[in-house]
Amino acid sequence: MRPVLVLVPIAGPPQQPAPPARHMGLSYPSLPPGYQNTSASPMHHPMQAQTQPYSHLSAGPAQLSPSLAGLSLQSQTPETLRVVNLLQERNLLPPGPVTPPTPCLPQDLQKINCHPEVFRSTLTSIPQTQSLLNKAKLPLGLLLHPFKDLSQLPVVTSSTIVRCRSCRTYINPFVTFLDQRRWKCNLCYRVNDVPEEFMYNPVSRSYGEPHKRPEVQNATIEFIAPSEYMLRPPQPAVYLFVLDVSHNAVETGYLDVVCQSLLENINALPGDSRTKIGFISFDSTIHFYNLQEGLAQPQMLIVSDIEDIFLPTPDSLLVNLNECKELVQDLLKSLPQMFGKTMETQSALGPALQAAFKLLSPTGGRVSVFQTQLPKLGVGALKSREDPNQRASAKDIPNLSPATDFYKKLALDCSGQQVAVDLFLLSSQYCDLASLACISRYSAGSVYYYPSYQQQHNPAGVECFQKDLKRYLTRKIGLEAVMRIRCTKGLSIHTFHGNFFVRSTDLLSLPNVNPDAGFAVQMSIEENLVDMQSVSFQAALLYTSSKGERRIRVHTMCLPVVNSLSDIFAGADVQAITGLLASMAVDRSVTSSLSDARDAMTNASIDSLTSYRTSVLTIQQPGLLAPACLKLFPLYILALLKQKAFRTGTSTRLDDRVFAMCQLKYQPLAYVMLMIHPALYRVDDLTDEWILLNRQMDNMNTINCNPDFLTQVLGVPDYAAVPQNMNILPELDTAESQRTRAFVGWLREQRPFFPILHVIRDESPLKASFMQNMIEDRTESALSYYEFLLHVQQQVSK
Amino acid sequence: MEAAVFILSLVDCCALIFLAVYFIITLSDLECDYINARACCSKLNRWVVPELVGQALSTVLMLVSLHWFVFLLNLPVAAWNMYRVWKVPMGNMGVFDPTEIHNRGQLKSHMKESMIKLGFHLLCFFIYLYR
Repeated sequence: MRPVLVLVPIAGPPQQPAPPARHMGLSYPSLPPGYQNTSASPMHHPMQAQTQPYSHLSAGPAQLSPSLAGLSLQSQTPETLRVVNLLQERNLLPPGPVTPPTPCLPQDLQKINCHPEVFRSTLTSIPQTQSLLNKAKLPLGLLLHPFKDLSQLPVVTSSTIVRCRSCRTYINPFVTFLDQRRWKCNLCYRVNDVPEEFMYNPVSRSYGEPHKRPEVQNATIEFIAPSEYMLRPPQPAVYLFVLDVSHNAVETGYLDVVCQSLLENINALPGDSRTKIGFISFDSTIHFYNLQEGLAQPQMLIVSDIEDIFLPTPDSLLVNLNECKELVQDLLKSLPQMFGKTMETQSALGPALQAAFKLLSPTGGRVSVFQTQLPKLGVGALKSREDPNQRASAKDIPNLSPATDFYKKLALDCSGQQVAVDLFLLSSQYCDLASLACISRYSAGSVYYYPSYQQQHNPAGVECFQKDLKRYLTRKIGLEAVMRIRCTKGLSIHTFHGNFFVRSTDLLSLPNVNPDAGFAVQMSIEENLVDMQSVSFQAALLYTSSKGERRIRVHTMCLPVVNSLSDIFAGADVQAITGLLASMAVDRSVTSSLSDARDAMTNASIDSLTSYRTSVLTIQQPGLLAPACLKLFPLYILALLKQKAFRTGTSTRLDDRVFAMCQLKYQPLAYVMLMIHPALYRVDDLTDEWILLNRQMDNMNTINCNPDFLTQVLGVPDYAAVPQNMNILPELDTAESQRTRAFVGWLREQRPFFPILHVIRDESPLKASFMQNMIEDRTESALSYYEFLLHVQQQVSK
Repeated sequence: MEAAVFILSLVDCCALIFLAVYFIITLSDLECDYINARACCSKLNRWVVPELVGQALSTVLMLVSLHWFVFLLNLPVAAWNMYRVWKVPMGNMGVFDPTEIHNRGQLKSHMKESMIKLGFHLLCFFIYLYR
């Protein structure tokens, strides 16, 4: 789902260099839009923004590390520990995006440390003991985005990959070289020998300087793996599309979009000359397509015995894409018409998935399943479990966990054969996503959800689906992957969040890895980290690229160890904490109950602020005091409580809720934060507009609109003429129109899925969903920000 | 009659001891990476119901032969076994679920549970032996 992207009205992307954190900049208007005076707002420059799309990534808080590098943390109060009284200071949000904190490492180590977009910890200063961590009442965990599309990735082809002999850690920038011939592992402290080949540095053609090699200079690096890292010859990319062709499905019209998209992108599918492709369609029977080279046209084979699925022909159901391209294209052109008049209403998803598994199990690969209704036939049939009257229940929401273990078992079978299943759910009715999502969750697939997808009634949704599909088909893919996360001796990982199967204690089995997947783990401190200045974490992802090369992507991060509570608070990363809490809350709502999860989230903020108040603060003042690094924490907790996944009291469809939960666990932190706390942008400084980029929506609220804006950007003569469902900005010749469109385009490029633009009038029904993202305001069923702060303060002062 | 009851309970207790040891060995194999999660969980799930039946049998025997103290000793364990089986959510593959076993320290808690049961069964064994 598109994450909500709401930054509280800021001027847009920050100008370089980032302003110091103390200057709060734009005041957050507590008045509704239209009454706000626009005087103090800096200009927004979308054109400038386009040239620096990653400015908010690279504008790291450089203001922290120079002042703290080499300084003892106790000598002066760092900026992050500045006391903020949340009840008084209302302008909390920085003018630019919230930047992750920099760990307090020496400058030279911090320069080569892993980028926070890839590897991030909730606490950038690790506590020395478990009891200290418990006192801080903050969760300790890591959030990773290991397969992120990187602009710069050093790739090393080496005959020897240097690893520690006992713990098998890859050599990384944070090891210590005892002399030229020996190195000490930073995870298990074992002394290893430097192999002879490693002494020679091919980059600088010098000998005798192993610490200058790229493996020791880069925290993120990719190795080309030799044959010891392969259990079998690298598999080719194999794509199987399983399409629902029941009457309901054909009515939505998704089949046209899928076939069109495949035809357009058929040459852009990641792969090489061995790439294979296949199709299965199903309604109440399963249809296979014989695409053997030499046939005049594709041949459809129907298997109607869904109780006992078998493959009608042993081969040529999955064919080499390059050799049989014309046949595949013929099939894609004729598929929508083939089922145009179908009257079948039932859907046998379970048997179709079993057939897909049978077809792919010899090689492994990716299955893309498109489903439009509740599967009621065959194994894995599901019942409608949602009670529409319970949608707005203020208490517990039942039926958040799967109804049957069929999909989970099948997903585990698939995982064992290196098959990943991605699920596209395009339906307007209840589909029991809680059970269906299991097929993707444990086979490292992804779930896409398009509620109320309909070709005629929802053209914007169609465009959204098209763009998403294009990204899905053309993005990078890693096959038959495993990932291992190692930490320094003394720390251990106890819980995992994300879409994968945990095969053994820290080995994650990922049949497919894609650039849009994020992972999170929680850690505990088993032994006290005495005598250690820093600890390291390494995530190693071993995968087969789509070109058949076995590669290992290694990310290493180093963090300091501290033993005082104030240092722990100084290094807290509020966004990472919120992201990890969201995943933990999803787990809690499924295993125990939603109200438990909500209470746990509220208590997280209360407990940490209480701990800060009792242990770190020297002067007790009235009000709700928080360190500067955690000042946004109550705001984010409130945002989580109002998020679709966890909200009560407002009518939420069960599938929408379950999908929001899936996304909270699956997406990388940057997009989770956009989902939780969306960005609010002022369109330009001439008018009182706010753009709200919402889940699947870009909204522009047009209350009290400047008439210039209407004519020059929206292309209508006056307010009354703004159409009810406006989804595209007309291409007018005015400067404002160009600027606005460029800004929207830039925002859309920032994320891997495609948000729909909505221009909302004041009376529009979409206004309610827009207003729901105004987290600081009060709604009928939830507290406003100020009320929440008061509640927290009351609990903290008890 | 007394002797028969106690001999039967002794045999039952022996079986339960062996079962507890089997659980502990399998779980520690998983911890040390000798087997994978799916194999481990399918092995253990097979023996959950027989363990439940064995424990229930022992409890009922004590009840029937009117040895109240021993009956009351066995009752919580039997009740806990039944609760454990009943509490499994519908989406899970039995009491030991391979997708959840590495999460939230479940492996450790299962191990602890098996150790406690082992200790309890040994205690019961000696009680029956000397009665």
